Amino acid sequence: MDMKTITQCGDELYDAWRERRVIGPLRERFPAIRIEDAYAIQLRMVERRVKAGETIVGKKIGVTSKPVQDMLGVYEPDFGQLTSGMVCHEADGVDLNGLIQPKAEAELAFVLERDLIGPGITATDVIRATAYVTPCFEIVDSRILDWNIKIQDTVADNASCGVFVLGAARGNPRKLDLQLAGMSLQRNDELHSTSVGAAVQGSPVNAVVWLANTLGRLGLPFRAGEVILSGSQSPLIAVGDGDDLVCRISGLGGCRARFHGSPAK
Amino acid sequence: MTTAALRMQRQLADADISSLCDRVFVAQRDATAIPKLTDDYPQMTLADGYAVQFELLRRHMAAGQRQIGWKAGLTSKAKMDQMGVRVPTVGFLLADMFRPETSTIRTDDLVHPRVECEMAFVTKTRLSGANCSREEVLAATDFIVPAVEIIDSRFSGFKFDLPSVVADNSSSARYVTGGRARLPMDVDMSTLGVVMERNGEPVAMGSSAAVAGHPADAVALVVKVLDSLGEELPAGSFVMSGGITEAIAVSPGDHIGVRFQELGSVAMRFS
Repeated sequence: MDMKTITQCGDELYDAWRERRVIGPLRERFPAIRIEDAYAIQLRMVERRVKAGETIVGKKIGVTSKPVQDMLGVYEPDFGQLTSGMVCHEADGVDLNGLIQPKAEAELAFVLERDLIGPGITATDVIRATAYVTPCFEIVDSRILDWNIKIQDTVADNASCGVFVLGAARGNPRKLDLQLAGMSLQRNDELHSTSVGAAVQGSPVNAVVWLANTLGRLGLPFRAGEVILSGSQSPLIAVGDGDDLVCRISGLGGCRARFHGSPAK
Repeated sequence: MTTAALRMQRQLADADISSLCDRVFVAQRDATAIPKLTDDYPQMTLADGYAVQFELLRRHMAAGQRQIGWKAGLTSKAKMDQMGVRVPTVGFLLADMFRPETSTIRTDDLVHPRVECEMAFVTKTRLSGANCSREEVLAATDFIVPAVEIIDSRFSGFKFDLPSVVADNSSSARYVTGGRARLPMDVDMSTLGVVMERNGEPVAMGSSAAVAGHPADAVALVVKVLDSLGEELPAGSFVMSGGITEAIAVSPGDHIGVRFQELGSVAMRFS
């Protein structure tokens, strides 16, 4: 794709996000779109949000579980950028009025205390660079009609970032079994699903290693203070007004997301 | 032999060191077996072996690789007796040698890979000197993690002597970390049990005491060896303290799973 088309697609996705509406899948209009093009479109979309006053607060990793990889036919994760406008607080809950077709996922979040500059980052580098880990909810959202996405569509759409909620717990990764830590997810006081850290690339740490090395190769910064949502440990859950989700990670603590309002779709 | 003996004079000229480094570099890159280096250079000393290893490290760094730390070799009494030494050998570890846990590790770029279970240390302050102690190591440790080292001697039939194996970077090839990290004060690491399974069958067992009596003592010995070589261990180093079990050969299709008492498990597959 040429730069002009990339810019145009990034602007279209930005406008769709701002106006809470969907557009058709990019791959249908641009069948030759490559993943590299999609990341360039994502950069443009995020750049527009930053120009409008937001700051970059972290990254999210997607396509980390076997079922999602099988669904998309892609056997590598993807990433998107988290901006300040995506931060929701547990106490406030999640306002669905700002979203289009939201779905929630329970994850483990890492907060960095040192820069992680790849390539050449290992699992112990990630542990060493992490200030703390905490359970979190990522509420993904798609600016693509009916979530009709292939990998190029979601990457271009900032890896389907919506908003996220961090739990209050602060776990030290130097003393946790992140691979075997069990996770349970309750929806409206009923058990919805269970999982374990190993569901994310064998270990959430592996996903962060992948991200650090990928960002390093692309020359994108990965700084102390950033939040990383390491990849979903639960199925996607469609959420609506009044829904109440709680996830708990063994040895660590929990995170709660209460939803109010109505999404656009 | 004491650490002081490491200060022995080199016997080989710089040109010989450089040419031996070429041999080792190509054997490692192309995964080809070569005869032990002392066949052609019988006068080669341990100091010459380290000179070759450090030249190899210098070349990797010049090519943009990142060193993340060191490994200890020959840390068990049986291996020390077999090689006639009283201190471990050291080898450097590059970030490129790291493989994530549960990943599939290629063997077509290795000569004859074997796996060992180890405890690995990540440091938070500098360690140096000829008198480094277990207490200093524990105080300088940020956290420990369980690890599996995939060693690979580039020498035909795993037949080597001390100068040759040191020149071959103490058989370093790949390593995997995982399981549960721990703070050093939270766990008594002197006698942690380990079970290694290959394709579901136990193939090696042991406890961490097999590593120089205590894994932190092995790290102290690494610091002493580095000191004798004019080096120290900077903060943030990753150190693999030595094999808790004997090395087990792996082939394509093998699955290796290791359970570490208090430290969780580390698994991988070979293709």
